[in-house]
Amino acid sequence: MTDLADRRQMAYIAAQAADARVNVELEAEGMNLNIGPQHPATHGTLRIVVQLDGEQVIAADPMMGYMHRGYEKLSEVRTYPQVTTLINRIDWLGSFANEVPFILGAEQLMEIEAPPRARWIRTVLFELARIANLTLFLGDMGVQLGAVTPVFYAFRDREYIVNQIEAVTGGRFHPNFDRIGGLKDDLPAGWIADTKVALGEIRDFCDQMEDLLVGNEIFEARTRGIGVIPADVGLSYGLSGANIRGSGVDWDLRRDSPVGQGQGLAYNEVDWKVWTHPDGDSFARYWVRLQEVRESCRIVEQLLDGLPSGPIMAKVPRIIKVPAGEAYVATENPLGVMGYYIISQGGLEPFRVKIRSASFSNMSITPWLLKGAYVPDVITILASLYFILGDIDR
Amino acid sequence: MPSADAEATEETPVDQARDSLLDALSAELGDALVASHRVPGRDLWIRLDTAAWGDAADYLRNRQRFRFFEWLSAIDWLPSPFGRSHGAVVDEVDTDDTGDGDDAEAAGPVTGANGFTGGDTRFQVFARVYSLTTGIGLTVKADLGDDLTVGTWTGSYPGADWHEREANEMFGITFAGHPGLRNLYLPTDFEGHPMRKDYPLMARLVKPWPGIVDVEPMPEAEEGEPTTGSPDPTAPPDVKGVGTEGPGGS
Amino acid sequence: MGLVESGKVPKGLTKLLNMSRKYSLWMYQWGLACCAIEMGAAIGSPRYDAMRLGVIPLPASPRQSDLLIVAGTVCDKTAPVVRRLYEQMPEPKYVISMGSCANCGGPYWDSYSVTKGVDQIIPVDVYVPGCPPRPEALLEGIVLLQELIQNEDMAEKWKGDPLAIS
Repeated sequence: MTDLADRRQMAYIAAQAADARVNVELEAEGMNLNIGPQHPATHGTLRIVVQLDGEQVIAADPMMGYMHRGYEKLSEVRTYPQVTTLINRIDWLGSFANEVPFILGAEQLMEIEAPPRARWIRTVLFELARIANLTLFLGDMGVQLGAVTPVFYAFRDREYIVNQIEAVTGGRFHPNFDRIGGLKDDLPAGWIADTKVALGEIRDFCDQMEDLLVGNEIFEARTRGIGVIPADVGLSYGLSGANIRGSGVDWDLRRDSPVGQGQGLAYNEVDWKVWTHPDGDSFARYWVRLQEVRESCRIVEQLLDGLPSGPIMAKVPRIIKVPAGEAYVATENPLGVMGYYIISQGGLEPFRVKIRSASFSNMSITPWLLKGAYVPDVITILASLYFILGDIDR
Repeated sequence: MPSADAEATEETPVDQARDSLLDALSAELGDALVASHRVPGRDLWIRLDTAAWGDAADYLRNRQRFRFFEWLSAIDWLPSPFGRSHGAVVDEVDTDDTGDGDDAEAAGPVTGANGFTGGDTRFQVFARVYSLTTGIGLTVKADLGDDLTVGTWTGSYPGADWHEREANEMFGITFAGHPGLRNLYLPTDFEGHPMRKDYPLMARLVKPWPGIVDVEPMPEAEEGEPTTGSPDPTAPPDVKGVGTEGPGGS
Repeated sequence: MGLVESGKVPKGLTKLLNMSRKYSLWMYQWGLACCAIEMGAAIGSPRYDAMRLGVIPLPASPRQSDLLIVAGTVCDKTAPVVRRLYEQMPEPKYVISMGSCANCGGPYWDSYSVTKGVDQIIPVDVYVPGCPPRPEALLEGIVLLQELIQNEDMAEKWKGDPLAIS
């Protein structure tokens, strides 16, 4: 037995020496590897230039702007109702969630409060947007690790939720449904029962993902202990959402902000839980999102059971003029904290809109996080951070 | 403290947490805290002296436990020289449609000169930090002098790196001490700073808003003048006649 | 293929060639923005399943593909890259522009950083409108392209021009 151990040791040393020789011969140190802008793992057009020492990353430099569309500038030349059409497209997987903080900010400035039924339906759609967004992540993470099946399942089951969103809003992707003071329309007849069926499908999907990926040896080997983010580092980089909850920070604006607790969204009316994971690695981030999808199903079901009756629109003037002032409203969007800082000067258009998008901050940690990672792990770390290009580049 | 919070406190309930935070901040920062504004139960704004901006980050993060960095950006307070929606039909409801932008500022009285915490320079930087322990967010602003230079926050909040690069390319603000102030979004050879108010959106200048439905004919056009060609495709929006040729403008 | 170059292809053979070409379109997907997800749904979801139309997604490189789908907003920074990948594709090649942004700039018609239409940089065969178009709309675009290929005369297309192999 000792022989075997010795032989292994020798082989290891020999391999290390060979590696070093190759590195010297090929001058592998300082080799640049360009990932993107067109790369299947980048969900669009992210480009990362990594500097390698052998297989190890010594410096990573994300190059952004391949999807920069100038939302902040364009918001300044559009009226408030026109802005919601535009900002739908920031995080295109959970579009409805993009509108909510902006509308709440404008409502704060106008001192309008949406009626209870509108708040509840808003919360329902907000959570459906979260499910539509995160289901794709749950499948996509498998693709980045070489398992193609999960993403087919994700596209299949995501359709159920997208259909429900379409049934209410008329848009599969970009609903543009939220209005200052309420919602455009009420729920259609029979929608509640259909949605409960759809939620059942999503629950099954989560179980399938758990069977397929969590506990899978390859999946665990490639995510456990990879890309560890300590909580304090994550916070100072502005990480939010499941990325920071995967590092053990028990913080969720749905629970911890007045906006989530009744002043706009109705999370105080239901019984739910914020999931965290202490590890801070890629696996933790996946696991937290898996639980969040299940939790969202619970929230939606409870909300649908207790939906109050009443109007869905407060009294608002036909031409919306927002009084002068400043307001910042942030909500817990599928990707993390998303907020709008609105400066109004009393006109029809916002004077300045600062958009705080979650992925932008979530990705700003990559130069720090990828340092020392191995090339194959670059892909899994990026996938587990979960970004949407429109949310980074705006 | 010259600010609007005196009248705000009269009708609204006191906000103990934000009051004590503001007291602590003004005690610690002293003269560096130029102005403040409070909406009780909702939010808190402070404006710092330009020179104190860089060091404030360290103080906020390590002494006041604002661990979570939300964002950093800038504001250009110049009234837009291009008018508001460049002739969007809703705009013409209550204002003259000269499109020269004076009506926007005439209609909306601004609280103070530059928003809630005042200020008298064209550009301001502003950032927001959040404390997880108290659940309070704080918006920090600072005026910018003519050199448009301010200290960097990257030392205390590494996440400020990209935000400062963005503010640099969008507004042309220099952050002294930033490790690599190059373009984040825009191509390297991009000219101008798009988020400045005097940066024109060229597509809007050469073409009216395509959503215009009801465009009244211009007086000249009514008088039998041959309106075959567009006057000048590069003309600014207030040139007469440009508005009549939108796709739906019949 | 000497017949094709000389322009003396019998009608029946042209028909056969075109039919085989139209049902083996290797599709290089340029998923740029929201439309990329609908394109993903069209090719990846069992409900739409573009593969049944003879469209084969995910080639290893643009050099192995016949069809380029530009799905999403083309920004000024991305435009040279789109152009370059298009140039790497071998002839005959076809382009579908998917979504308002790729067609004309869409909601970003006045943006300072968006290319107003991918047809400014590469020739487009089929435009699919919508923001984003439903997967069914993309499938219809593919069917329209297949009709176009079926009625194409290869000899006509290359008469006089040397065959470009890039």
